Amino acid sequence: MIGGGIAGVQAALDLANSGFLVHLVEGTTSIGGKMSQLDKTFPTNDCSACILSPKLVECGRHFNINLLTLSDLIALEGEPGRFKAVVRQRPRYIDPEKCIACGLCAEKCPKKVSNAFNEGIGERKAAYLSYPQAVPLKYALDPDHCIWINKPGRCGLCAKVCPAGAINFDDTAKEHVLEVGSVVLALGFSPYDPSSLDFTGYGRLPNVVTAMEFERLLSPSGPCMGHMERPSDGREPKRIAWLQCVGSRDINRVGHPYCSSICCMFALKQAVIAKEHAHGEFEPSIFYMDMRTHGKGFENYYNRAKDNGVHFHRARVHSVIPAADPGNLQLRYVDEQGQVNFGEFDMVVLSTGLQVGKQTLNMAAMLGLELDADNFIKTDSFNPVATSRPGIYVCGAASEPKDIPQSVMEASAAAAEAGRIMAPARWTETSKKVYPAEMNIHSQAPRIGVFVCHCGINISSVVDVEAVAAHAKNLDGVVFSQCNLFTCSQDTINQMVSIIKEQGLNRVVVASCSPRTHEPLFQETLRDAGLNKFLFEMANIRDQDSWVHQLEPEKATAKAKDLVAMAVARVRGEGALPYNTVPVTKSALVIGGGVSGMTAALSMAEQNYPVTLIEQSDLLGGNGRKVYRNWKGDKFLPFIDELTARVTTHPQISVKLNTEISDVTGSVGKFITTFSDGHSFEHGVAVMAVGGKAYQPEGQWQFLHGVNPNVQTLLELDQRFIDEDATLKSIKQAVFIHCVGSRIPERPYCSRVCCTHAIDSAVRLKELNPDMDVFMLYRDVRTYGQRERLYQEARAKGILFIRYDLEHLPQVSEKDGQLVIHVHDPIIDANVIIHPDMLVLATAVQPRQQTGVLSKFFKCAVDSQGFLLEAHMKLRPVDFATEGVFLAGLCHYPKPMEEAIAQAKAAAARASIILAYDAVPAESVTAVVTAAKCTGCGLCVAVCAYNAVSLNENGVSTVNTSMCKGCGACVAGCRSDAISLKNIGNEQIMAAVDAAFC
Amino acid sequence: MNDQSTNWEPKIIAFLCNWCSYAGADLAGVSRFQYPSNIRIVRVPCSGRVSENMIMSALKSGADGILVSGCHPGDCHYISGNYFARRRFALLSNLLDFIGIEPGRVSFSWVSASEGEQFAEVVQSVTEKVKALGPASRLVKKIDALETALQVA
Repeated sequence: MIGGGIAGVQAALDLANSGFLVHLVEGTTSIGGKMSQLDKTFPTNDCSACILSPKLVECGRHFNINLLTLSDLIALEGEPGRFKAVVRQRPRYIDPEKCIACGLCAEKCPKKVSNAFNEGIGERKAAYLSYPQAVPLKYALDPDHCIWINKPGRCGLCAKVCPAGAINFDDTAKEHVLEVGSVVLALGFSPYDPSSLDFTGYGRLPNVVTAMEFERLLSPSGPCMGHMERPSDGREPKRIAWLQCVGSRDINRVGHPYCSSICCMFALKQAVIAKEHAHGEFEPSIFYMDMRTHGKGFENYYNRAKDNGVHFHRARVHSVIPAADPGNLQLRYVDEQGQVNFGEFDMVVLSTGLQVGKQTLNMAAMLGLELDADNFIKTDSFNPVATSRPGIYVCGAASEPKDIPQSVMEASAAAAEAGRIMAPARWTETSKKVYPAEMNIHSQAPRIGVFVCHCGINISSVVDVEAVAAHAKNLDGVVFSQCNLFTCSQDTINQMVSIIKEQGLNRVVVASCSPRTHEPLFQETLRDAGLNKFLFEMANIRDQDSWVHQLEPEKATAKAKDLVAMAVARVRGEGALPYNTVPVTKSALVIGGGVSGMTAALSMAEQNYPVTLIEQSDLLGGNGRKVYRNWKGDKFLPFIDELTARVTTHPQISVKLNTEISDVTGSVGKFITTFSDGHSFEHGVAVMAVGGKAYQPEGQWQFLHGVNPNVQTLLELDQRFIDEDATLKSIKQAVFIHCVGSRIPERPYCSRVCCTHAIDSAVRLKELNPDMDVFMLYRDVRTYGQRERLYQEARAKGILFIRYDLEHLPQVSEKDGQLVIHVHDPIIDANVIIHPDMLVLATAVQPRQQTGVLSKFFKCAVDSQGFLLEAHMKLRPVDFATEGVFLAGLCHYPKPMEEAIAQAKAAAARASIILAYDAVPAESVTAVVTAAKCTGCGLCVAVCAYNAVSLNENGVSTVNTSMCKGCGACVAGCRSDAISLKNIGNEQIMAAVDAAFC
Repeated sequence: MNDQSTNWEPKIIAFLCNWCSYAGADLAGVSRFQYPSNIRIVRVPCSGRVSENMIMSALKSGADGILVSGCHPGDCHYISGNYFARRRFALLSNLLDFIGIEPGRVSFSWVSASEGEQFAEVVQSVTEKVKALGPASRLVKKIDALETALQVA
């Protein structure tokens, strides 16, 4: 693994968890990459550090990940399966084995250096830790600035004060020669430097900052501790302007024809979060060309931003100049009607684009990898993570600008590809984690430790965390309590282990975020400290307190105290539970025989797991068969035919056509699925790839579709391209209407693929007949990433773009069979009348109706639109909250084929992690019967949905622990209080309730 | 605390199932939907885990209102727990009425993991409903409450 950003970390974890030893090579002193610099992430507004930290911590202490920081890959020889990689590790000058991260070296170091982690805002020392939650949590000396390293004998203060004797000025570079089966590149991006764009004033005017700099200004661990302050005078800005497309979609000044994909959402998020940070009046304004909110949940976010007072100006800014008021900035811009406008702002944020870093270029040259026209690492349409050199894979923004979920998907996909080559070597190089012996707490009085989290400022800006910790100290059974800046950071986790041991704690409460995201991390920490992991509770004082009572700090603090008291009361009565496991059936079920389903099936089969692939129709290939080609010009049908052949002939894949699911029982490790033909199949994991469908135009979006034969949808036109319909050449005038059925109140999402698809179809028509007039009626052109080239090509070919909005829908009528279209052009502010031979509707992508039914079989969730709902939008894009079930393709959200393929491979990688084990953890929280109280009424037997409860020969209820899922229906049903749920008994729950009233 | 002055704020216990409503409450948080701070959430595996006894004991402990929330019909992570919860709730409402507790103190809702806004709305409406009813005193056996009652007598 080369690169330790979020993509690299995800791929490393996936590979390490499926039985491979991973060398993670990172160039800087710590992992985390760009994501660790972010304050919040879109579209959920999740705190970046909070969701990233558990992954970094897991990576840092994973037994099968060899973390090499300050390291570069300098040579690679060999072939897939047997590469020899030479990694050069630069000296750290501080021995990581000895460093205890006390920070004395940095405190005493006299040399101040610009703080790169804060994008150069503020200073750090030459002895430094890049950021407080860094993994590994080890200091380093900056060789460019350390006084001793540059002039030996001159300073050396750090060596004098270091209590661990960790400073080593004589440290030298080391070379590691690694034998590896495959190489994954996750080299990330480098933000565009706008210094050369004079019109922005960047570099001259202190209050013009880049998006990344602004992110650090917002961050609680940033230079102004999360208080929004503008650089020139520290005043809180009241009016901020965001300038979009700085360094993107700009051929003349920058030479970047591509769109950076993420900056629209990035700016929206910053505007929303800045409003949250601001005290009193705050006016955010965004200056943009097209608002590109094409991802899941993005359009809703955009709509909410509009409702919440973010101003949008469709204009490119001509210049930023100093205003009369010192520090303020005046923007000169031309609006759509061509009027010159001026606006005054306290601060300007440049939404700087993404570009390929120098290191990536050097690496590509060293490895002999092909680059594309924009210098990104070249990949294939149908194998989106493969580079031009076999055995070397790429994920994340190094191959095209992309957001975090897409990078994470690709990371898992790259793990699948890398794992495929190395499948025979699984579990041969790895070692197993051994936990310390568990302390027997059976007869001990409760000794509870409470850890209260600031969560940067997420909690502490609303809740008085010190008061909460003080309150906790006086609760029954609590012997220790303290506050932490980030409880999930590596240093606090390590500290927690030693506190548990030193204080002899036998139960722990963490008051921070949600147990749904962080409970596993803290439970692991308990195990590391020799405690049973079930002696733990969380008090959710962030998601369910500080974030929802932002304007009521006192009430929020009172509530936090109650929540902590409730968690303490609950944990007090909890006991150690056994770690149950369930054996894994080493086979997979894939539902849906489209490209996603076939790709997932093939990917698992190539790792040597048997797969059953079911398809409802009588043909494999799904929606892909209806599409002519992608934006790169690659035709779909040959690829799909080849994929179908590989799937149907693979010895590990059994294909069942015309098959649906009639029943599913069991859970992760062992599902039993019954098909419509009555057969049943036992499998350890399942992948849902049930596809989507095209919206059928109706109502005001019908535009005479189905009435006039010259009105067709994109897919209907594609069929004519596929059939090589010669009559297309004779068309003189064609009109496309975008967003038919998308981005409207009934379907408030962007269908992501249609702008590109429509423009490519228009280009195809122009190829067939260059004299054809083609008009595109659009709302925003969303040719994100490198698809922007297609938009440029279309305009170069003379295709005309006319914008419409929901208040001015195009009007389509017919006269004697001739189509007549009226549309209002906002630029010339006039109505345009077109008489085309053909009208093409770019219709929305919808989830299929069966998606909801299927999701219920596997107890997975769907979102409000009927798309499958992943476990976490940002970091778990192919998992469900239900373990052992994964998703890929259009059933998740509209997406182009290359993204569906990446997601399918990712789903296969995630599923393979479970299949790599002989047993997976099973429910430990199960029902237990007190035989003496049981009256044998049998109500528990009747309510149990899993047939786990039965009456024994004495008429007494007994629970089959291996079948019990721990729902507690029997407990609530029992009339004689004879049955209980381990650690979630009536006494624990009622103790928690009572504690709310003390 | 039973003094019904304008400052009085009810305390409401919310039993939320882990898979839908608790996740919905988290989503309300990440989306920053603001709602009244009166609820105290208790995470349970399933709304079907919540018994009538738990609801009655919570009222006895001093809760002014109770909310039980689970997955939508058909979405239960444990297949059918939410149906048991709903049936139990229907029966309990009658009992509450019979023993003199306003049925409005105990509410039931379906909130899914994707319904952050709905969760905030449910809390808003439950809080308003309980506020309108005033403090619950029927089952509260606290000494100060008794004393107040005696003084009044």
